[in-house]
Amino acid sequence: MNKLASAEDALSVIEDGMTVGIGGWGPRRKPMALVRALLRSDVRDLTLVAYGGADVGLLCAAGKVKRVIFAFVSLDFMPLEPAFRQARESGAIEVTEIDEGMMLLGLRAAAWGSPFIPTPVGLGTDVIRNAPDIKVVDSPYDDKEWVAMPALPLDVALVHATRATTSGVCEIESPDHYMDDWFIRAAGHSVVSVDDIVEPAHFADPAVARRVYWERNCVNSVVHQPGGAHPSSSDPLYGFDVAHFKAYGQHIADGGYDAWADAFLGADESAYQQSVGGLDAIQSLPLPAY
Amino acid sequence: MTFSLAELMVSAASRVFDDDGEVLATGIGLLPRLAASVAMRSSNPALMMTDSQSFLLSSPNPVSGLKTHAGQANENWMGFSRVFDNLWSGARHALVGPSQIDRFGQSNISALGGTYEAPKVQLLGVRGFPGNSIRHANSFFVPKHSRRVFVEGECDVVCSIGYNPERLPKGYELSDIDIRQVITDLCVMDFQGPGFQARIRSLHPGVTLEEVRDNTGFELAVIDHLSETPAPSSDQLSLMAELDPENLRAKQLKDNPPGVREAPADAE
Repeated sequence: MNKLASAEDALSVIEDGMTVGIGGWGPRRKPMALVRALLRSDVRDLTLVAYGGADVGLLCAAGKVKRVIFAFVSLDFMPLEPAFRQARESGAIEVTEIDEGMMLLGLRAAAWGSPFIPTPVGLGTDVIRNAPDIKVVDSPYDDKEWVAMPALPLDVALVHATRATTSGVCEIESPDHYMDDWFIRAAGHSVVSVDDIVEPAHFADPAVARRVYWERNCVNSVVHQPGGAHPSSSDPLYGFDVAHFKAYGQHIADGGYDAWADAFLGADESAYQQSVGGLDAIQSLPLPAY
Repeated sequence: MTFSLAELMVSAASRVFDDDGEVLATGIGLLPRLAASVAMRSSNPALMMTDSQSFLLSSPNPVSGLKTHAGQANENWMGFSRVFDNLWSGARHALVGPSQIDRFGQSNISALGGTYEAPKVQLLGVRGFPGNSIRHANSFFVPKHSRRVFVEGECDVVCSIGYNPERLPKGYELSDIDIRQVITDLCVMDFQGPGFQARIRSLHPGVTLEEVRDNTGFELAVIDHLSETPAPSSDQLSLMAELDPENLRAKQLKDNPPGVREAPADAE
């Protein structure tokens, strides 16, 4: 089955009010070309679930978001994501703030068809006080109380992988696939952007086949977009773009979303890439060392 | 031997890991990470540590000057989902730097002021603090001891569970919570005072009890036989130089003050 699609066609399944999960982590391996396609669309009132970076910041700033389910939104070297910070401090978005691990459990519960997963995580903190939808329950097996972390089912998951076949066999060569497998499995529909398209024979090597973290029947669309994670990283192909993140922060601070969009977004991904120096420049960005 | 206040703090912070055995040591921020790394290279070689990315290392990476992760001493893959498998087992000790800490040892990295719907200042979010605090040991590192950090009331957002009877979950005892030590630029504290009250363990050279109390928003107990925070050993100082070759530890505290104050503290 050929699942190759343009970003616009692949994202046409996203309707107003849907819950969208976004893979990656902070400034790392975010499906940013897909996020930019959403920014150019007229979709709105989304609920986002993400280990957030500029993906969450931009969608909030652009007015696409009703609610964010998050544990952090950060660019790491810039600890406070500038656009998310503005959205929060102006009260523009609703939020459900949960622990990083609670998000993992919520995605797993959705993937496994369970209504919740019991955990001690969140007990005694404001995570429970501030989120009335997250219940604390008694256990049938002991005398303690437990957080019943509810399933976080996603209408659509957006993930960026290193490469894939047109049939949706996805390889993540980066050192960490983060929780991307759980975003994919928690979703009714998954769109994966990739830097490269490969033939099925690419996966004959067992070491490569081990870098496939979900099955192809979890994937509905494959979007071939070299450089598509920019300004986040797609390790080992390119690092995140520190200079662009700084420019992004400056534009958001000086003129908000419109200033950034006017300077960079463009009418399509090719125009975007030209505005940030071109694909060669993206693919030359050095990998970060911590 | 002269040493900086940052080096004194790193030395004191490294000692929180001395008796931990084989646990994952996680220092968030340059000085905490340096402290955990010094401990792994000296007092507790059984410690485990990540590369801040996705592998466990048999020997810690330097905290400055690293150009590439290629060739580092990988021990095993340790992606973020696997970190949760480890930390929920309890075999971890994190050394973290919250923006607020209250008298219960509850801490905040999420937001300041305002409301849940619209905080006055959005910080990071709760990150992993709720799960860390109920599943494993935690210590705190505070570069600037002040009433802004050690707040009078409860934290604006309680991100980590502490010794607060009012928030204690059903079936838990206060002794189930495991907050170890608090290393600041003035002193070392713990929560082993009466009823898990915050308690001063040692004062840094030249610091007075009054100065600590003036800069803390809640009452502090004092350990019997209060002592001075020990100076870093020469071994610790050479490990710091080796693990931080670009001397970024000199840039973490304002004006990089010396570990022993040059002038005596102001008289009362």
